[in-house]
Amino acid sequence: MNPILSVESVGLLAPGLAGWTASRAILAGEAPYIAAPMPMPVAALLPANERRRVTNLVKLALHVAQEAIVQACRDPQTIRTVFASSGGDSAVLDKICVALTLPDRPVSPTHFHQSVHNTTAGYWSIATGCTQPSISLSAYDGSFMAGLREAAALAWTETAPVLLIAYDMPQPFPLAERRVIIAPFGMALLVNPEPNERRLAMLRLTQTAVSAASPSADPELETLRIGNPAARCLALLQAIARPAGQRVALVDDGGMGLKVEVTP
Amino acid sequence: MAMNPLAMSACTVTNALGRGVAAALTALQCGATGLRRCDFEETDLNTWIGRVAGLEEEPLTGEFAAFDCRNNRLAWLALEQDGFSAAVDRAIVRYGADRIGVFIGSSTSGIRATEIAYSERDPVTGSLPTHFDYQHTHNLFSVVDLTRRRLGLTGPAFTVSTACSSSAKAFAVAHRHLQAGFCDAAVVGGVDSLCLTTLYGFNALGLASTERCQPWAAGRDGLNIGEGAGFALLEWAEPGDERVLLLGYGESSDAHHMTAAHPEGAGAVLAMQQALTRAELRPDQVDYINLHGTATPLNDAAEDRAVLRVFGPHTPCSSTKGWTGHTLGAAGVTEAVFALLALEHGFMPGTLNTRQIDPALGAGVILDHQRRPLHTALSNSFGFGGTNCSLLFGRRIDR
Repeated sequence: MNPILSVESVGLLAPGLAGWTASRAILAGEAPYIAAPMPMPVAALLPANERRRVTNLVKLALHVAQEAIVQACRDPQTIRTVFASSGGDSAVLDKICVALTLPDRPVSPTHFHQSVHNTTAGYWSIATGCTQPSISLSAYDGSFMAGLREAAALAWTETAPVLLIAYDMPQPFPLAERRVIIAPFGMALLVNPEPNERRLAMLRLTQTAVSAASPSADPELETLRIGNPAARCLALLQAIARPAGQRVALVDDGGMGLKVEVTP
Repeated sequence: MAMNPLAMSACTVTNALGRGVAAALTALQCGATGLRRCDFEETDLNTWIGRVAGLEEEPLTGEFAAFDCRNNRLAWLALEQDGFSAAVDRAIVRYGADRIGVFIGSSTSGIRATEIAYSERDPVTGSLPTHFDYQHTHNLFSVVDLTRRRLGLTGPAFTVSTACSSSAKAFAVAHRHLQAGFCDAAVVGGVDSLCLTTLYGFNALGLASTERCQPWAAGRDGLNIGEGAGFALLEWAEPGDERVLLLGYGESSDAHHMTAAHPEGAGAVLAMQQALTRAELRPDQVDYINLHGTATPLNDAAEDRAVLRVFGPHTPCSSTKGWTGHTLGAAGVTEAVFALLALEHGFMPGTLNTRQIDPALGAGVILDHQRRPLHTALSNSFGFGGTNCSLLFGRRIDR
């Protein structure tokens, strides 16, 4: 199988990284990175009643997914999706765990159905009318790499474009004391095994033993990269943003890594 | 062209029926349920559960002590059965530890550890107790992390978490990863254990039955939560392979509602049709269907419509939830192993607890155990968020 993927578009939202168009120069090192506060997106895709009910994590993921779809001029109904998140919606899990300590354990039915890891995938498919296959996964700090590998396997075996969404949020107290995620980070990549004129970059994936992940050269971006599992994509996004491309290594803490050769 | 089939070269299950495949086979063949009145910890719910006996007395110790929680104990217990880890050892010799993937489905992982930690919060600061280890218990990846360390595997690994289709989708993930060349074999599985989140959550949704669940019955009023773990070792089938093979799989999304299945089962139809297409089989070549069959009024009605549309009223089908309860993220692999047992031993389990089929439903549901040689069996798994997966198992088909 030809280990090539074309990147058609990127969706991005994090402090100081407000969308791919606004962030490209920062990631390419042509403009300074300033970790400005990040306003939460509104989940414009959803009907008003659902918009009020969904959590910030869902809004973040839907926002970057939509950005990537719009940038690539794709019909979302035709696109398979891979949702990668280390911890899922800990704000919802926190509410359930608190309810379970109260008399009669009043777990909210809404919180319960929002507690599944594929909640975001469910909202996405309902909002877009997409009946294509979708998967939601976790590999702790390796969640982005696992998502990229699954997206590649899906794209190559189906010869079809795939939308990969990686997203994680700081956990609420008291869980935050045991899992430090420093800032929200959402990212979407639309990859295609068949390159077209819209491509931002080409990725060549090689699975191999990797001793350490490629860091970000910018110290503040590096802090963000290691401070949120979804942000482990930053070195790769920086390579995509640069006109010359480069090699990027991704790894988790116990398995094989990926070397990604990024070319224009 | 039909997809390259995968051979199930080893498998194991542990659930309310007992530890290992033999206990499940005996219970399936003699119609003995594993369900009991809910007696989980200090719950006060009027429902039935499928509980694995003895987990409370078998903590993880030594180098795996950090992983100790109900879910990981269940995973560990299952890995000890049926010579599964020895089969993986042989696969390591054949392929290398870095060429074997680990893909496990779980919906709630070790959240029970977090529930306990919340009940022990510091009254002054609100902090969780120091013994609580989020990464190795609650986090979804912990069960995969434990499994790959226990088995000594370093290939691609992640947890699939798509509610009740999770461990069925793990089979599809494994096929993709082998096909793409990321690995040469894969350990797939599913592990979900009893916790207050699911017991009280399904109760809040009004979906937990006060009786033993009765799939396809006229008076069915909900599901019973069960816990379970199952694993399978998958590798490419060889010429003349006599083992049970994964011949096809199908995945889809309902795009309809977060908790209610599409009323016509539209997503389920897509998943079943895709599995047939991948296997290059006609509907009449499927001998038996293991239904998702949770026994909630809407789920069974939607699945019934979908099965009727794809297969018509004559293909024999049954739900085994009356034996195990609904093991959520472990249901896919549990029922994949049941399908394998049906194929290997030539029988179709009935639909336990159901005495009379809802006259509004039309699929070919069988209530009683039947002995018959089978060549193919389809297994359905559907979940919250409108996620659907169908797996098609069978012997190699001579075309």
